[in-house]
Amino acid sequence: MLVSIYRYNSEKDNVPYMEDVNVDIPEGKDLMVLDVLHLLKAEDSSVTYRRSCREGVCGSDGLNMNGKNGLACITPLSEVVKKDKLVLRPLPGLPVIRDLVVDMSMFYKQYEKIKPFLVNDTPPPAIERLQSPEEREKLDGLYECILCACCSTACPSFWWNPDKFIGPSGLLQAYRFLADSRDTSTAERLADLDDPFSVFRCRGIMNCVSVCPKGLNPTKAIGHIRGMLMQRST
Amino acid sequence: MGSLRTLNYDAIVIGGGGAGMRAALQLTESGVKTACITKVFPTRSHTVSAQGGITCAIASADPNDDWRWHMYDTVKGSDYIGDQDAIEYMCSVGPQAVFELDHMGLPFSRTEEGRIYQRPFGGQSKGPDDPTQAARTCAAADRTGHALLHALYQGNMKGGTTFLNEWYAVDLVKNQKGSVVGVIAICIETGETVYVKAKATVMATGGAGRIYQSTTNALINTGDGMGMALRAGFPGQDMEMWQFHPTGIYGAGTLVTEGCRGEGGYLINSEGERFMERYAPNSKDLAGRDVVARSMVLEILEGRGCGPDKDHVMLKLDHLGEETLNAKLPGILELSRTFAHADPVKVPIPVVPTCHYMMGGIPTNVGGEAITRTADGQDQIVEGLYACGEAACVSVHGANRLGGNSLLDLVVFGRAAGLQIEKTIRDGLTHDDASDSDIETALGRLNRLNSSTSGEKSVEVKDELQKTMQLYFGVFREGESMQKGLKMLDEIGERLKNIHLEDKSLAFNTARIEALELDNLYETAVATAVSAEGRRESRGAHARNDFTERDDENWLKHSIYDPTTKELSKRDVNFSPKTVEAFPPKVRSY
Amino acid sequence: MVASVTSLGRNGLYDWLIQRVTAVILASYTVFLLGYLVLSPDLTFAQWSGLFGHTAMRIFSLLALLSIGAHAWVGLWTISTDYIKPAGIRVCFQAACGVVMFAYVVWGVEILWGL
Repeated sequence: MLVSIYRYNSEKDNVPYMEDVNVDIPEGKDLMVLDVLHLLKAEDSSVTYRRSCREGVCGSDGLNMNGKNGLACITPLSEVVKKDKLVLRPLPGLPVIRDLVVDMSMFYKQYEKIKPFLVNDTPPPAIERLQSPEEREKLDGLYECILCACCSTACPSFWWNPDKFIGPSGLLQAYRFLADSRDTSTAERLADLDDPFSVFRCRGIMNCVSVCPKGLNPTKAIGHIRGMLMQRST
Repeated sequence: MGSLRTLNYDAIVIGGGGAGMRAALQLTESGVKTACITKVFPTRSHTVSAQGGITCAIASADPNDDWRWHMYDTVKGSDYIGDQDAIEYMCSVGPQAVFELDHMGLPFSRTEEGRIYQRPFGGQSKGPDDPTQAARTCAAADRTGHALLHALYQGNMKGGTTFLNEWYAVDLVKNQKGSVVGVIAICIETGETVYVKAKATVMATGGAGRIYQSTTNALINTGDGMGMALRAGFPGQDMEMWQFHPTGIYGAGTLVTEGCRGEGGYLINSEGERFMERYAPNSKDLAGRDVVARSMVLEILEGRGCGPDKDHVMLKLDHLGEETLNAKLPGILELSRTFAHADPVKVPIPVVPTCHYMMGGIPTNVGGEAITRTADGQDQIVEGLYACGEAACVSVHGANRLGGNSLLDLVVFGRAAGLQIEKTIRDGLTHDDASDSDIETALGRLNRLNSSTSGEKSVEVKDELQKTMQLYFGVFREGESMQKGLKMLDEIGERLKNIHLEDKSLAFNTARIEALELDNLYETAVATAVSAEGRRESRGAHARNDFTERDDENWLKHSIYDPTTKELSKRDVNFSPKTVEAFPPKVRSY
Repeated sequence: MVASVTSLGRNGLYDWLIQRVTAVILASYTVFLLGYLVLSPDLTFAQWSGLFGHTAMRIFSLLALLSIGAHAWVGLWTISTDYIKPAGIRVCFQAACGVVMFAYVVWGVEILWGL
């Protein structure tokens, strides 16, 4: 199989380039893309990428594989390879540090901006704060986000305004706290999101939904936030 | 040396997983100038992979639940070499630590009463006199570790913790008096090497499951803290005790939570028989993990394994129904479909015992202070060095950890280490500064690697190491073959001195990090091998074919591995809890 | 919170709502006019100017005209903040859009009410 991989090392290369490597794939096994990266690195130790859990829960190895963002460790070759060729690029829209490693600070900054932590003004009880199963169910499809950035880096609105638009991942988390019955800062949270950029740059393109490796739906969460803003202001 | 930048903190926490972040949060909130050094962005730490839950007597599923019952289960689970003062502390403080997590925002699953949902896990009873299966594991679906790690990161963000993300700690810096005064660390992004000076250095570096070929552990679990401590001459405790989780997905090694069996799933062999009924008539599939893992291997050895090679068994879940599986075990459905190509709603999951958890580690007291041994065999606190979480051996898990106790260990002892350091620093902890030569010593390994001109690739040596450990120090162990394994480890050690780093560039050089990690894997592997060969009995996870019985007369002890001599000695187990009577050793049956 | 002084409502929800409400108005206006044309195959100038002589039609048309202005402003402002990164050029573009929109609205009013 031909693997075309994005290479850039600021100490050696003036500009990034695509390197074509032929990789022997063992017969009868449906490898994951991450396994292919391991094979590449065993041959050329300078090939650089992030990885940790190798089972799709840590969110380290978000990549652009044959044009689509996803996690290398849970993307089988059978699903992504076309015409015996695999093109591997870093997540689009973020500065590249080296090869497939991008600088995620802008992404994390947007996450921090939504105050992704529970705020509750009342003194905590001696036990847990009670929450009914129905209230808890509202957090399903939200708390599972692994911060892999596949969604935000697939979003044209985030490409154009990564400093102002929170992006799908951050907004999913914003709604996770808006929806939590234990959180008391709903009004402040909404006030922080009311400007023309933070939420409203979402144009419903839904790239986020189509790439999310955890099957989450940021567009739906953004719709809920808009609904809450509307309810608050009309 | 003059060019080395120095960062100065009161406390540094190495590791941004559950234990590290809980410690960092405690320290930051109490005003201690702290940095958390982590080689991956905190939410990429291996805690994220924990699934089933956090075991704790919060009396939700059973209003009469008692932490003393949890303590009894843990002591029994440890096969009686867990320190009872530490287990008492963990089980009694546990509820408070769990409620703190809820207040921090952890989205636990809920009961109709609005309390935290608890599920049954292996080894849980209602005390010494009532073997009834208890439900004591607090869960957020089957993503408890993920929920916990993110909640802790969020808590730290709220608290304003300083993180040095994607920084790699290379080696401890010791001053002339032998106190630990910080670490040498590399900023991975820029490649800059820095001396991070600290009054207190906390090892929260997690496990080292990657010493084995087949493991549920993340690729980053390379025993960095263990390696650093051993290289600095500090001992390892109970390093032979490695938990093999009964249900790793066959072929891939990814974890399938014990919660599957807690929710009613069970194991079957090639004849479709629920074989655990034979091995543990009372607890069946929810016996201790060591018991279940050994039973599985015996089934396979006796020819009742599944598949063309008869080398695994099956975990049956389909009888639970799609609705329950979607609600309680959604992550398992995903993992099984991805890695086993099996949909648990319809067919059983192929599973095999897989290396999962290091019960041993850096010996510490309840406050996380690292312990070393004096020449005459007395405990001595290492000034400036602390450990918590999987890297530490407090020891609450003894010879076998109960499911759900690792997450509790992380938060309870991460917090405890933070409290202890705060107190010690307030009492005026100071160290002599490290001299240039002290720092040079700590830089030695890195300098050698950076100046290597020829030699072997680290990836080949790593493969060999993992194969050796898998083959000679696995679920069942035997003296002669371990001797052979030890010899092979010696050879691997020689090859290790000859590792060549081809790519010397600075920016994000993961080849350099991997080569450094390999040293830590090796140190941990040797400690494991020497300890396993030395403990001549079978206890908990340590099962020997040549010493099949538990030997309380000689081995109701911790093993202590001394890296300077590569020899094993014994340390007394604590049988003096403060508020309850000690649980005396009994025959352990489920 | 991202501050912005050049957006129409200086508030995301307001802009978003304007965009949707004006879109509905423009759609109904278009449907009405098309429907009228289809249903009147032998349309004469007298009929046509009679239609626009009605006060109701004049109000409807003015509403549509103002809607075009607001809709275009929000849309073009958004596009300018997406694609035009240098602040100076962006402000000039926005100012030009504003002038054009204002001119069209005034001109439209003049035509409609015959001032």
